Amino acid sequence: MLPQLLASGLSVGSIYALIALAMVLIYKTSEVPNFAQGDMGMVCAFAAYAFLVTYSLPFGWALAATLGVALLLGIVFEFLFIRRAKEPTTLNLIIMTLGFQLMLFGFAGWNWGAEQRHFPFPISDTEAVAIGPVVVSELNLVTLVTALVVMGTLFAFFRFTRLGVAMKATQQNAMAARINGIRTRRILAFTFGISSAIGAVAALLVAPITTLDPTLMWDPLLKGFAAAVLGGMTSLPGAAAGGYLLGLLENLFGAYVSVEFKSVVAFTLIVVVLWFRPSGLFARHYVRKV
Amino acid sequence: MDMKRDYYEDIQFLKDHVERFWFAVMLLALAVLPHLVQNFTMYVVNFLAINVIVALGMNILVGYTGQVSLGHAGFMAIGAYGTVLLMTEGGLPFPLAILAAAFIAAGFGFMLGLPALRLEGPYLAIATLGFGLAITQVIGRWSLFGGRMGLSVPAMRLGGWTITGDKAIYYVIIAVTVLLALGARTLMKSRVGRAFQAIRDSDIAAETLGINLAYYKTLSFAVSAFYAGVAGGLIAFALGFINPDQFSFIHSVLFLAMVVVGGLGSTLGSVLGGITVAYLSLKMDVIQELPVLGAVIEAISERFLTVSGMPNAGWVFMGLVLILVVVFEPQGLYGLWLRTKKYWITWPF
Repeated sequence: MLPQLLASGLSVGSIYALIALAMVLIYKTSEVPNFAQGDMGMVCAFAAYAFLVTYSLPFGWALAATLGVALLLGIVFEFLFIRRAKEPTTLNLIIMTLGFQLMLFGFAGWNWGAEQRHFPFPISDTEAVAIGPVVVSELNLVTLVTALVVMGTLFAFFRFTRLGVAMKATQQNAMAARINGIRTRRILAFTFGISSAIGAVAALLVAPITTLDPTLMWDPLLKGFAAAVLGGMTSLPGAAAGGYLLGLLENLFGAYVSVEFKSVVAFTLIVVVLWFRPSGLFARHYVRKV
Repeated sequence: MDMKRDYYEDIQFLKDHVERFWFAVMLLALAVLPHLVQNFTMYVVNFLAINVIVALGMNILVGYTGQVSLGHAGFMAIGAYGTVLLMTEGGLPFPLAILAAAFIAAGFGFMLGLPALRLEGPYLAIATLGFGLAITQVIGRWSLFGGRMGLSVPAMRLGGWTITGDKAIYYVIIAVTVLLALGARTLMKSRVGRAFQAIRDSDIAAETLGINLAYYKTLSFAVSAFYAGVAGGLIAFALGFINPDQFSFIHSVLFLAMVVVGGLGSTLGSVLGGITVAYLSLKMDVIQELPVLGAVIEAISERFLTVSGMPNAGWVFMGLVLILVVVFEPQGLYGLWLRTKKYWITWPF
């Protein structure tokens, strides 16, 4: 029983980890938690559905097109809205992301209607593979692998490419990066784009599990946000770790304590952790001096 | 304009006879309103007034003390369910029940204020969000609270009269709203309000000045939870029944939007913001009934998008309003009012 729980917890945790990564990426660069993350991913999932069903593209092309849409969505969001805020305080920017989320939610419902659709993912949700004592569905396996691939790609991107190093520099000290000739505003737009793409991957992994409708990503978004906070909002590996931890904890609590209250317990645990580590598990806690 | 020359002027309630005149006019208008409009508009007015109460409470917490709360719908739920249960199971009369429920909500607010002492920003947001979620889940599962079906609300009895119907409830609600708004304004002009604002501007500096952070931060949470609790108790009677879906995360988000749209740190702002966002959320479903815009939206729906999803256009509109307010007027509707006033006073310069 326990290995089975761990396996499914890791799989669910992969999705939370991806969303958490996307949120922390933006938070590190612009100090605003992006609440529009979930619905940006949801719109991309609908776009993928349109590519797959309406235009009957093969899955590889549809995936590439969806990622392109996601990139564009993130860049447009930053360029049209975030940049125009006159007083970019954290609360104002949070409200702006919430507004964008409402807009996307309304647009999705408006454009595609409220009926629930089945997302035609090429990997089946029901066929299972047995690995040792554990039985995982093919989709869970693909989720795990995809998350690891995405994290590996991000790591390589940040380490070995010029753009990645530029993004890291902007995150650490925007002014110094500008002085060194890095175009920080462009980097910021691109950061939004990348994080939106990661969110789109997460949405594409959630869509086959549940039906495709506009409320697809609400619950994963909250869990992903909680996971990011748990791991530390300023630490990328922390976000991933937080995601997996949250997935495991939820599943363990669901099995051993109570299925109904598992979200409540997860959140309570996060609050307890935050009491002892106010900036999350893996982030450095900066104490403000006057 | 609005310059205060001494301490007495700063804490004075109404500055001069002009302000007193308009205040009296407003009270008169509120008093005769039921005689001028029909019943459904009364329901809308009740709903708006209740949301104004919550916005006032949120303003105390977010605007004046600088904390974040994404769980205020939970306090509202505590107020609503507490009032109903105290009346049906506990047998308390309405005024006592609603006060007791609001104080229970304030107690939970105090408990939520304790993590606030160590957490900031998104970390505090998650803690409050978890609290709101926990409240909704517990209420939804526990049969004492009627589970997902909710509870039906008994009739309101006040001093011998049974108050039913939107117009009658309106008087109770509007009286409570006016009292709470005046209370919030007076509180913010007092020593406690100044302590809150000091905490918002720089809590470390405030502590060095001798303001007890633990006391005032938890007090701020408790007071704002009290407001939300009272609003919850009132909404139970305005609607006639309560269920957990009325107190979800989306509602907490809307409350936060109310204070930001209205203008942080201003009582008038939170009133305006509460009215605006609550009205938008009420009218979202019927957006096609707007005079000019409705026809445009219908045309767009038929040509490019689906007609069945047209009610969702309201969400797009609401989101757009939030974004536009932040982009063009970060001080919210109150900032707009200030600018209009200044332009009017200083014209033609």
